[in-house]
Amino acid sequence: MQQWLTEIAPWLAQNDIFTPATLAQYWQGLVNTVQLVFISLLVGVVLAVPLAIARGSRWPWLKWPIWFYTYIFRGTPLLIQLYLAYYGFAFIPGIQETWLWFFIDDPTYPALLAFTLNTAAYTTEIFRGAIKATPRGEIEAARAYGMSKVLAYRRIILPSAFRRALPAYGNEVIFMLHASAIASVVTIMDLTGAAYYVYARFYSPFPAFIFVALVYMALSFGIQGIFRQLEKRMLRHLRSGS
Amino acid sequence: MIDFQGYGPRLLDGALLTFELAVLSLILAVALGLLAASAKLSGSRLAHGVATFYTTVVRGVPDLVLMMLLFYGGQIGVNMLTDQLYYAFDIDIFININAFVAGVVTIGFIFGAYMSETFRGAFLAVEEGQMEAARAYGMSGWLAFRRIRFPLMMRHALPGLGNNWMVLLKTTALVSIIGLTDMVRVAAEATKATHEPFLFMIPVALGYLAITSVSELVMLWLRKRYDTGFEEQD
Amino acid sequence: MADQPIPLVINDLHKRFGDNPVLKGLSLEAHQGDVISLIGASGSGKSTFLRCMNLLERPDAGEILVHGEQIRFRQLRNGRVPADWKQVERIRAKLSMVFQNFNLWAHLTLLQNVTEAPIHVLGVPRREARERGMALLERVGLAERADYFPAQLSGGQQQRGAIARALAMEPEVMLFDEPTSALDPELVGGVLRVMRELAEEGRTMIVVTHEMDFARDVSNQVMFLHQGRVEEAGKPQDVLNQPSSERLKQFLAPNF
Repeated sequence: MQQWLTEIAPWLAQNDIFTPATLAQYWQGLVNTVQLVFISLLVGVVLAVPLAIARGSRWPWLKWPIWFYTYIFRGTPLLIQLYLAYYGFAFIPGIQETWLWFFIDDPTYPALLAFTLNTAAYTTEIFRGAIKATPRGEIEAARAYGMSKVLAYRRIILPSAFRRALPAYGNEVIFMLHASAIASVVTIMDLTGAAYYVYARFYSPFPAFIFVALVYMALSFGIQGIFRQLEKRMLRHLRSGS
Repeated sequence: MIDFQGYGPRLLDGALLTFELAVLSLILAVALGLLAASAKLSGSRLAHGVATFYTTVVRGVPDLVLMMLLFYGGQIGVNMLTDQLYYAFDIDIFININAFVAGVVTIGFIFGAYMSETFRGAFLAVEEGQMEAARAYGMSGWLAFRRIRFPLMMRHALPGLGNNWMVLLKTTALVSIIGLTDMVRVAAEATKATHEPFLFMIPVALGYLAITSVSELVMLWLRKRYDTGFEEQD
Repeated sequence: MADQPIPLVINDLHKRFGDNPVLKGLSLEAHQGDVISLIGASGSGKSTFLRCMNLLERPDAGEILVHGEQIRFRQLRNGRVPADWKQVERIRAKLSMVFQNFNLWAHLTLLQNVTEAPIHVLGVPRREARERGMALLERVGLAERADYFPAQLSGGQQQRGAIARALAMEPEVMLFDEPTSALDPELVGGVLRVMRELAEEGRTMIVVTHEMDFARDVSNQVMFLHQGRVEEAGKPQDVLNQPSSERLKQFLAPNF
């Protein structure tokens, strides 16, 4: 590590863009991006599971509102959702005096709200599709062996659906990582925000954006690799033969 | 009627720009997609390598970053190129990268990569026997492509094509960030000026929903058309 | 012995799909060790009858008693529903079903398939369930396949695994829904052999089947269903060798 640092130190000293200061900027951007995406995805999944189950319910008053929610959030650009979360609260008269103030004081909160609701909508539909694809016979067997509805969901339907949903959910994770690049428009210093800052400061778009593109690529392929491994382990049961 | 506080006409202009941008990008994306798909399926290792690099980069990098790179970098890149031309051949031209063109090029470039996967899969899904039969009946290469492979391929490509179109449409909203006055940008400006986010953002959101909903209906109709004769297998 | 409750009694069962009556008053009594074969053409209602026994289909009228306990129903505007789903679940756990398409849970290994319901429905301790599961897989000749997933097994192996899964519940009555119909001919024998052994050790079984040899040799009662009614019933040698009704004669006649 030390040696590596001393080796790149002269190189760093020679160029005026990738100074320790801008690298620190990128690092902070990376931290912000990862935090934003990770929290949104986590809360999104937690919301999506019950929503996906309820979306398949027989009761119209449960089913249709969820359909409507996913339709709206999947049918409109995330950017609009972000603007609504960001400005929608900020311009409520007198909000500064209420406890909600923390929410607009830091743009991270509206961004988290928009991202979470967006990924929850997509994830709900992914899970819904996977649940619907559960072979009828397997559900019937669960019921025939005395499992209650809840137990059948917990032991048979959901475990089997989660596995089926894995490839599509992996895409959603990468999609969310890329979509989070718009966080910079509400003044969050994420990776893209850092790149824009470096670009604007030195007026050199190529190093600024290509560097950040490489960071995003590394993240994307890392995520892809993780999901490949997971699929290999979790989708073993779908491969016949061997 | 809703009072758009004078922003009504600009919102409409923005909507028109969004639509134009989307359609032109789609055309470019389909062209690039077909090109890249052919490159991947061609025997040439170079063509295959270039096409693979293209799709890999696009899939690994956020749309907005690519857009910024092309938009902010494009002008500098073009300037460098014209400078070279001037020094080397004494040709003096100045090309100004216009934000609209940059938008179309970027979005077309990005979705060309997604389209290429759709088309590649669709090409491969057409059984060789079908083309063999076409040739056996004396169809020329082009005729066989136009009459047999293309319609069969479209059936497989349509769902992917439709999905890509819907995602593309929503991606056009990003051009508002690099300064194009599409409907999102107008709504954002109006929001900042009037402090009424819902008044402007909701109609714009409905605009997107309207286009996606109509698209979905068209897709349904098209799928029925191309599914003729395949109902039983599905 | 006489005081022992009868494992399964069905009285006057009716069922319709929409306007179409499929079961028109079917009754059955399965005593300890009985093997009852239900035969009939497709559409005769034999599978629906079987699926009504564990409430996979909801009968519109009639009684079901498992080990002396009657399933309670509640009348609603649009038909009859079980009054107590907990009771239904408890009773289902006593009637293990073997399906035509095996319906093994695809994401679980064979052994996990066998131990799943005992652990989570009956509350058998994990270790005990595993030991018993392995013993059952041994019985059906699949011990070395315990850690395979269903997709990695042949149809015959899957069905024998499904039988092990049914046995793991230590059921009062086993319900077989055309267990060999989805199998390639060369795989049928292995499954029938296992079923024959189960019959010989005194299991109470109800079998919907097209295998006339099985019905003749293994069961002690045959019921021939036609259009939702019992057309003929009795000992297999009587019913199958000297059919009295025209329809059964036709049904049994070899097809050329």
